Amino acid sequence: MTDNDFLKELHNPDVPVPEGMQSAVAVTNIGRLMDSIYNWGRRNSIWPMAFGLACCAIEMIATAASRYDQARFGMEVIRASPRQADLMIVSGTVTKKMVVPIVRLYNQMPEPKYVLAMGACACGGGPFKEGYNVVSGVDKFLPVDVYVPGCPPTPQALLHGFIALQKKIDAQSLGNYNSVPWYGRGPSDAIPVPVLGPDLYDPRQGHIMRRQHEAAQSAAQDKQADA
Amino acid sequence: MSEQAPVAETISPTEEALELLQKRFKKTVRRDDREGYGGIVVDASRLEKVAAAIHDDLGYDYLSSATAVDYLGQGDHVEMVYHAYRIAGGPALVFKAQTPRDEAVLPTLTGVWPGVDFQEREAWDLMGIRFDGHPNLKRILMWEGFHGHPLRKDWHEPFFEEELKPFGSRWPDGHVQRSEEHNPYGKNVQYPAEWSPEAYESPAEPAIYDNINLGVDVRTDLATDRVIVSLGPQHPSTHGVFRMVVRLDGETIEGLEPVMGYLHRNHEKIGERNTFIQNMPYTDRLDYICSLSNNLGYAISIEQLMALGARYEPPTYRAEVIRVLMAELTRIVNHVWAIGFLLNDLGAFFTPMMYAVIERELILDFFEATTGSRMMCNYMRFGGVAADIPARIRGVANLINDRVRDMNTMDYLHSLIHERLPRAIDQLDEYLTTSEIMTNRCMGVGVLTRDDAIAYSAAGPVLRASGVPYDVRRAEPYSIYPDLDFDVAVRYHGDVYDRYLVRLDELRQSIRILKQVLPLLNDTDGQPVFTGRGVYSPRVPAGESYGRVENPKGELGFYVVSEGKQNPRRYHVRAPSFINLTALEQMCKGHKVADVVAILGSIDIVLGETDR
Amino acid sequence: MYGLGIWRGLQVTLTHFVNTYLDDIKWGFRRHIHPDAFAERQSLAARGVFTVEYPDEKLAVPERFRFIPFLVVENYDHPDRPGYDWCTSCGICAKVCPPQCIWIVRGKHPDTGRPKPEPEAFFIDIDICMNCGYCAEFCPFDAIKMDHDYELASYDRTSAHIYDKQKLSKELRYWQSIAPTYAEQEADARGGWEHKDVLKQRDKAAKAAQAEVTDKTD
Repeated sequence: MTDNDFLKELHNPDVPVPEGMQSAVAVTNIGRLMDSIYNWGRRNSIWPMAFGLACCAIEMIATAASRYDQARFGMEVIRASPRQADLMIVSGTVTKKMVVPIVRLYNQMPEPKYVLAMGACACGGGPFKEGYNVVSGVDKFLPVDVYVPGCPPTPQALLHGFIALQKKIDAQSLGNYNSVPWYGRGPSDAIPVPVLGPDLYDPRQGHIMRRQHEAAQSAAQDKQADA
Repeated sequence: MSEQAPVAETISPTEEALELLQKRFKKTVRRDDREGYGGIVVDASRLEKVAAAIHDDLGYDYLSSATAVDYLGQGDHVEMVYHAYRIAGGPALVFKAQTPRDEAVLPTLTGVWPGVDFQEREAWDLMGIRFDGHPNLKRILMWEGFHGHPLRKDWHEPFFEEELKPFGSRWPDGHVQRSEEHNPYGKNVQYPAEWSPEAYESPAEPAIYDNINLGVDVRTDLATDRVIVSLGPQHPSTHGVFRMVVRLDGETIEGLEPVMGYLHRNHEKIGERNTFIQNMPYTDRLDYICSLSNNLGYAISIEQLMALGARYEPPTYRAEVIRVLMAELTRIVNHVWAIGFLLNDLGAFFTPMMYAVIERELILDFFEATTGSRMMCNYMRFGGVAADIPARIRGVANLINDRVRDMNTMDYLHSLIHERLPRAIDQLDEYLTTSEIMTNRCMGVGVLTRDDAIAYSAAGPVLRASGVPYDVRRAEPYSIYPDLDFDVAVRYHGDVYDRYLVRLDELRQSIRILKQVLPLLNDTDGQPVFTGRGVYSPRVPAGESYGRVENPKGELGFYVVSEGKQNPRRYHVRAPSFINLTALEQMCKGHKVADVVAILGSIDIVLGETDR
Repeated sequence: MYGLGIWRGLQVTLTHFVNTYLDDIKWGFRRHIHPDAFAERQSLAARGVFTVEYPDEKLAVPERFRFIPFLVVENYDHPDRPGYDWCTSCGICAKVCPPQCIWIVRGKHPDTGRPKPEPEAFFIDIDICMNCGYCAEFCPFDAIKMDHDYELASYDRTSAHIYDKQKLSKELRYWQSIAPTYAEQEADARGGWEHKDVLKQRDKAAKAAQAEVTDKTD
């Protein structure tokens, strides 16, 4: 990166700078000035949560192990507790039974937090999508930052996903309250934990459920009346 | 240290059993004379007595598999199928019991073979057969409160599209859609009529504690020295999404209940919709560390069915040699991985794991060059293997910064098998076997006696560490194993340490087999590796088959029922990880809570297979 | 003696540690620059550190490697049929696909409405694809192949994860570059680098021409 690029990145586009001085002057605010340092620190010490779901978890462990060594990205501190983790790697098929603990774990992670969906299953259901116990993609419940397709993605593909995540972190700005929820004011809302009913039931979709329930009931009553 | 298991007997088990049982039970026992089927059908009312006779008088002391089949439209009954073996070796005695679909009730066999416990719970969960007298008949894979029994043929899932694959919507008019968009939330989900989202209180979580607290309310009635601890499903030592609920007295375990189903991916329901060939890549994802041996098990079970038909050619010798090569390399991958993970659980965090992974990666390089994928190999076909091993293991530079290697495959295999792996195994032995971390925490922990191991249907290293020299490769040989010279590893204490030692012995035996396989590979060079017809939708003759192989984790069986069409009627997986867990409580009782982790690590489960 | 076992274990660890530096000395501290060093470090001769320093060095994948499928089209500088699909929309890949992630709309003649052998649309949902390689294995026209590009991480799946025909299509030249041996073997089996049907037609035409020649000479 040349000095010029660096200045350009720091510069606040809302403030005009005279023509001749653009190569030497950047007008910035504290947030932007801190961004590069802050993001550098954050992107190079992402602590993932020790959390393997299925086949992809084996490739995730292979990524953490001798050959691919994710410690080179500052990610070797794999924490078993969500309280100490920054990144949730959803590595494998998310089942309806498992999504309840997953949402709970996500809610327990401190901000800033990221979710990486690893493999076809976590991205969108994968080969098991048609199954009765499979959630079609973890993004039905959690906000996913990076998707790594493949079944399973090779360790190198996962590392590519990590680099994509680092790029995303680099682009986030302290000065921009709207870019990510945690730079806003006040705590962000927890995601409602789904309920295991006759089938998985997402509280956020309660109104749909209710409507369908009423429709079914009235249909049953009509039938009775007919009889 | 090791002994040869006895050679299989040759008298048909069905004939032998029929003779004795019909004398005693008259007409309630009859031959199963449907075409392509074998074994005997037992009247449901006498099942318990007949089973006891089979166990005690005929000596079938090892129940390998118990599963249910739904015969909707073919008699409208559900059928429970049992495969029993003698621990000394030999073929199976298959017996079945039928019960009407609307009111499916059968007596439990947990009194005869305790190992049937989880399998009966699974049959209740997925097929809705109630087992009279079962000590803990709860759902096992799905949660309590789930609506319906999904493996019933008339039960449809939310994204149900068609009864059988291939789906008509894909071609010739395949306009792409995501099924969740096409099929909005809730449609097709079978809710009971009176159910309402507001009033609902999920029984799923309380039900888990039902058996473990024996009538104690977890919230109020427990004294301070008695606690209930829930380990998992997110726990670094549970090898995935496995969960255990333990009742502790201080730190001592009084009771334990495994809770599974967190990775229940409906393998069997999807498998029954798939065509036969489509199931092959799905079997990769069962025990995802050993995909190639899963492939082998499935191929063998379908080849058994195909052999019933007229046009069938068994795989060539070279194909069988390659299969054994792959299966044994897979065993090495699995066992180094299992040992590395056991040490992880014991507290030697990640260093043994790192060394284990190096050897695994080197074997995976060969798998990747041969099959096209590191883990999900999808390599075996009905009648051979997909492709011959390549002449060179060579990368092709395609992306920026790609670095290329180029190695002769046979040289690679030779130095892998003769130098690299034996050295790595010796090194494992050297730094782990006498290490105090191992000896102090493993010796005398999690003991499973010989009789218990057989009764609980334990398989693989768990069974052999308890002094039972039972190995499917010897007890009911398949492929070219009869030609190969190897010993069945066996140890006699039945504790965690012996399970570790059995794995180490098996690693050495695998190397011994591989050393014999390499010259065979050279001799058969040039032979075809596939004798099938290479069609994309092979039809398989009607009948049933149970193909089993000795997987690294234990006996893997595939029970397949075919109706002579493209798709199977029933596709059941006898998963060693799942059934080995039946004995977990027995092994853990009386130990400290920290030992559970070591015991679980020594069973070596993989959740893809446990939950399917 | 107590502790001896642990000491032995530590010795093994120490050997690994020292081996890394021995490896360094062997390559004159140019382990990451020397052209042969990488191949040796990633072979059975590996001692000490074994790491592939992705993204600065990537382990090239073998020819049989399978990731997401792609469609083979004629090279864009082909004299007769530039960019022409090899796919005839026969539907075998869609039928054999285990998770049913392939969607094909068969082409129709605009006038007669009768089906013609080329796909109007072709979709693969890579969120479902299980990389099994059946589509490539059973395709009778060598028109669908497994790609080697695994660097597909994205920030959005709704727009990026259903591949349409445009995104799936890659030149024959690309297939030749990622799998030279197999491309060659397939070409041999077909009898040339052209599409199977083109070769067949050419064969027929040649035979007809020859027949004409023999007719004339008679």
